[in-house]
Amino acid sequence: MTRVLPPGTSELSAPDPLVVPPATRTPGRIGRLPLRREGPAKLTGLARYADDLVFPGAWYGATIRSTEPHATLLAIDLNEAFDWSRVVVVTAADIPGDNVVSLMRDDQPILVPVGGEIRHQAEALCLLAAPDRETLRAAKRHLAVRTDRLSAVFDPLESTEEFSHLEVGRGDLEAGFAEAEVVIEGTYRVGHQEQLYIENQAMIAVPGPDGGVTVHGSCQCPYYIHRALKRSLQLTDHQAVVIQAETGGGFGGKEEYPSMIALHAALLARKLGRPVRMIYDRHEDLSATTKRHPAVVRHRTGVMRDGRLVAQEIDVVMDGGAYCTLTPVVLSRGVLHAGGPYSCPNVRIRGRAMATNTPPNGAFRGFGAPQTEFAAETQANRIADALGISPLELRRRWAYREGDTTPTGQVLRESVAALEVLEAAAKATDFSRHAEQTRRAREARQSGARLASGIGLAMGWHGAGFTGSGEVHIAGTASVELTDEGIVRVLTAQTEMGQGTKTIFPQLVAEELGLEPDQVEVAPQDTSVVPDSGPTVASRTAMVVGGLIIKAARRLRAQVQAVTDHPFADSYQVFARDHGGLRVDEQFEPYPNVEFDDATYTGDAYPAFGWACAVARVDVDLDTGEVTVRDVVSADDAGRIIHPVLAEGQVEGGTLQAVGYATIEEIKLVDGRYLNDRLATYLIPTSLDAPRIEAILVEKPFSGAPHGAKGIGELPMDVGAPAVVAAIHDATGVWIHDLPATPERILAAMTGAPAPGAPGVSEPAPERGAA
Amino acid sequence: MSYRFFVNGDAVEVDVPGMRRLLDVLREDLALTGTKEGCGEGECGACSVLLDGAVVDACLVPICQVDGTSVRTVEGLGSAEQLNDLQAAFLETGGAQCGICTPGMLMAAEAFLATSAASSEESIRDAIAGNLCRCTGYTKIVEAIARTAAQRQAADPRPA
Amino acid sequence: MPVEPPVASPRSLAEAYALLGDAPHRPLAGGTDLLVQITGDLGDPPERVLDLWQLDELRGIRMESDALVLGALTTYAELRRSPLIAEFLPAFAEAASTIGAAQIQNRGTIGGNVMNASPAGDMLPLLLACDAQLIAGTASGERWVPAREFWPSYRRTALEPTELLLRVSIPLPAGRQVRYRKIGTRRAQAISKVVMALAWQTDGDGEVWREVHLALGSVAPVPIRAPSTEAVLEGATPIEATADRAASTLAGEISPIDDVRSSAAYRRTVAARALHRLIREAGGW
Repeated sequence: MTRVLPPGTSELSAPDPLVVPPATRTPGRIGRLPLRREGPAKLTGLARYADDLVFPGAWYGATIRSTEPHATLLAIDLNEAFDWSRVVVVTAADIPGDNVVSLMRDDQPILVPVGGEIRHQAEALCLLAAPDRETLRAAKRHLAVRTDRLSAVFDPLESTEEFSHLEVGRGDLEAGFAEAEVVIEGTYRVGHQEQLYIENQAMIAVPGPDGGVTVHGSCQCPYYIHRALKRSLQLTDHQAVVIQAETGGGFGGKEEYPSMIALHAALLARKLGRPVRMIYDRHEDLSATTKRHPAVVRHRTGVMRDGRLVAQEIDVVMDGGAYCTLTPVVLSRGVLHAGGPYSCPNVRIRGRAMATNTPPNGAFRGFGAPQTEFAAETQANRIADALGISPLELRRRWAYREGDTTPTGQVLRESVAALEVLEAAAKATDFSRHAEQTRRAREARQSGARLASGIGLAMGWHGAGFTGSGEVHIAGTASVELTDEGIVRVLTAQTEMGQGTKTIFPQLVAEELGLEPDQVEVAPQDTSVVPDSGPTVASRTAMVVGGLIIKAARRLRAQVQAVTDHPFADSYQVFARDHGGLRVDEQFEPYPNVEFDDATYTGDAYPAFGWACAVARVDVDLDTGEVTVRDVVSADDAGRIIHPVLAEGQVEGGTLQAVGYATIEEIKLVDGRYLNDRLATYLIPTSLDAPRIEAILVEKPFSGAPHGAKGIGELPMDVGAPAVVAAIHDATGVWIHDLPATPERILAAMTGAPAPGAPGVSEPAPERGAA
Repeated sequence: MSYRFFVNGDAVEVDVPGMRRLLDVLREDLALTGTKEGCGEGECGACSVLLDGAVVDACLVPICQVDGTSVRTVEGLGSAEQLNDLQAAFLETGGAQCGICTPGMLMAAEAFLATSAASSEESIRDAIAGNLCRCTGYTKIVEAIARTAAQRQAADPRPA
Repeated sequence: MPVEPPVASPRSLAEAYALLGDAPHRPLAGGTDLLVQITGDLGDPPERVLDLWQLDELRGIRMESDALVLGALTTYAELRRSPLIAEFLPAFAEAASTIGAAQIQNRGTIGGNVMNASPAGDMLPLLLACDAQLIAGTASGERWVPAREFWPSYRRTALEPTELLLRVSIPLPAGRQVRYRKIGTRRAQAISKVVMALAWQTDGDGEVWREVHLALGSVAPVPIRAPSTEAVLEGATPIEATADRAASTLAGEISPIDDVRSSAAYRRTVAARALHRLIREAGGW
């Protein structure tokens, strides 16, 4: 029942809340921290998101999309009865350069050409622009697409088309299983998840007099778009300009897809000779843009009766959808984290990413790890359950310590906080006492009881920054400059999308230069102004780019002080007046002693890992399987914390996304089309669904970064879902193997009724004439 | 048709089709883009404004129903130089991240603060349940509203 | 910006009837359904809209002899805070609090919920279980339609295009109990998977149930009563055997479907279990 269980009015014998209400927490420390840089603009409505930007004379753009999952595009017919003189139509034939969205592999067209292959529902076929929305609507009605349908594949396990595969491992798997006293198997499946930034995707393209184009829009990675524009529109570095507008959330969803929209807007604008607005509404955004990859993860684990972990065999299959996008990288991160933060002498993890005729999946906070870590943690909790060992105690035995070796052969030399986060979360929640309490309540429960309370624990790890040699390949450059006017300015391509880039960068630079944070400016994320410091993804901003600007600031300080012979803060304005400006560019250099072999997939997969442990408490309505997640405590180590309020915000927000992933966020498909394509059907938690969340920040610095920071953005996303599923088990006695753990799945597990279908796999098209 | 109403205290008159959404009138006809569109179907609350003091989704209110009323938007709260107490509490607690839900969230919170004598955590969560936020997990938003409620209560204690 | 069909905003009921007499109009109350349909391009937009919002004749909650009368434009927010509702029909306030959130509750109306005729309409099972009368008007007079005759088929009502829904009258028989249960997809802003209302009266001794009315939404193309289950409960006492029989009868009586929100199997099971729970709670065992 809706609102049957508002916090504080439980009919349970009232277990203590794990989290105290925020109002009763001790205030403090906020006074010393800089406030969110762009906060006042956001709080007053002054901040300009893409759809708030006005370009006089701009037309409205629209995308015509496929309504079949697999077909040959035969023709695009314009009805001659309609007046097309006030409409611009762009097809694949209008693309001057390569018809590919430049990313990893050249498989995804900007627009499907006539005669070409449509590979998924909602794929872009052609573009329209009109001076007003009424004309645009009418034009859409007078355009028809002819196709020849082909057979479609929806289940990645049945697909024969592979995007990538990999294997990592160490030890002797057979020997490990031979030694094991108990072998436990499990198959776990997770479906799609939508990023659901509240600002829909949006791009506005403005043609320039030199044949170039400037694109303003909502994005994480301006230089991805810059590269895509140059290649497909045949532009020079200077002809293509990308300017980030204020961005209303990304979570990975605005990593690669904005390139597609920018290309569409730019193609229309160049043909039209006027600005074109390409603003998605929620329906289009949900229908067409990327989601988290569905996955099937199989575990076979060998343990001794005393709990010792001796063998792990893990098989990961991810559904990439119809095009490659970033899938091989998502798969590799998923595989690298699939064993969990546990030391195992004999381990083999195999992964493959398959193509299906569903919209392409892409980046989403966690990037493959939430899928495989849900499986790893649920497997670990099932093992604890089977062995009669507490899940806390099992992890005390299994968790990585410094000096341990990961499946890629990486020796974890430093900054390993697995045990610290575990103990911090267990202590803060009094886990053992609560677990004992819910166990007793479960045993004493009488038939006909309505509500059951449960507590669950999960831990996780998350490699900070790019996988393997990623950072070396990117070789990003960030700059700090002293302008001629005597202003200190940070220049990076790192975007602000809510996480706090524009607040922590000035903070870091100010600390090096002895200034106040508000004395340091941040240059706009405009490719004509800032260098390519790499994309704003992979929890790399604070650690990698933060490190670059610290080094740049140190060099700037040294150069100024060498001339003025006074502390930087006292002399930089004089320096600028007398000598003019000075800019220091700092390019990424590999972290010392971090080596990875891309060919064999061995070595240091990440320079450092973040560590997390979540404890969740739930109430389950035993009549209906409805779950109320009451409290989640998440202890996260992201190295040295730069700004605790912003860091807590990352943990709290990531935790709720994980709770949504665990409980209600679900996409069903028919004929390869998402049925949950509106906000009335794709549901995320409201404030009443959200648990009280407490973030505990554990600081285990990483020596490779000058400030000791690791990444925090993705880490909390990895641990919330398995903690909730463990708590559901504690309450009900049933293990849910498929996410989301909907009431339908929970009730089916409790009653032995058939479970709903596999998450993420489309139902076939209804047969014609069927009811 | 011509419709007259007040926006943030100023009398305005617009000559637009009666079924135009209040959201479009604010954003496009009056250039008040602080009010955001997140879904167009009353699910996300990003377009929340106050209509005669009651919080509504501006995407679901046709302008013909606004005639003669008083509308308050985020532009009617404090300025960037002088935030009001609620905005300041959001800034200090970290209640705004990406900022796209923030204007609507502030208006829902203002409606709650104006009408509610009690401010339990549950009543705050109920008051903003029509405003989706994907960044914060709501923790710091609830904290900001609770803090403002306590401050206003202390400044102007109403009889229970 | 969505399609903007022409709209008339009459200032009196007489003016509204006159407009309806001239041409068909789609009535508009608080807009929480109609604007979604237009913006979302869910079916053809109406040719003309009749905005009822100015018609104060359609507002107000008042007692009329032995019935509580709700004007068609009564909002969910008004239901939540009305002292009359709190005293005589608290289940209506409970139901109103489950609909949308503050923004929807401030605009959405009981009349809109009735006329939108969704099988998932949250208030409709209550109207069925409470034997509500729906009062429609035209220029030539008023017509009373019992709730159980009001939704003949999927998304249809019993009203003629020239008729307007004016108010809802809910009889208040002595000793009647009403219970409401919504199983939704989340705790706010949720459309129901199953919604249920149960009403019964007790005789002087208080144990035997009479005039049992059970109504459900989201389990059939229209909001329905469950007569076979009602027959099981009629004249029975709320003991475990009664609950068992009623629950199994209900599971066999409804024909829910699989859709984007839930499955037929789940709806069938939880409808039965929710009813079992209501009887158990009423019986105090």
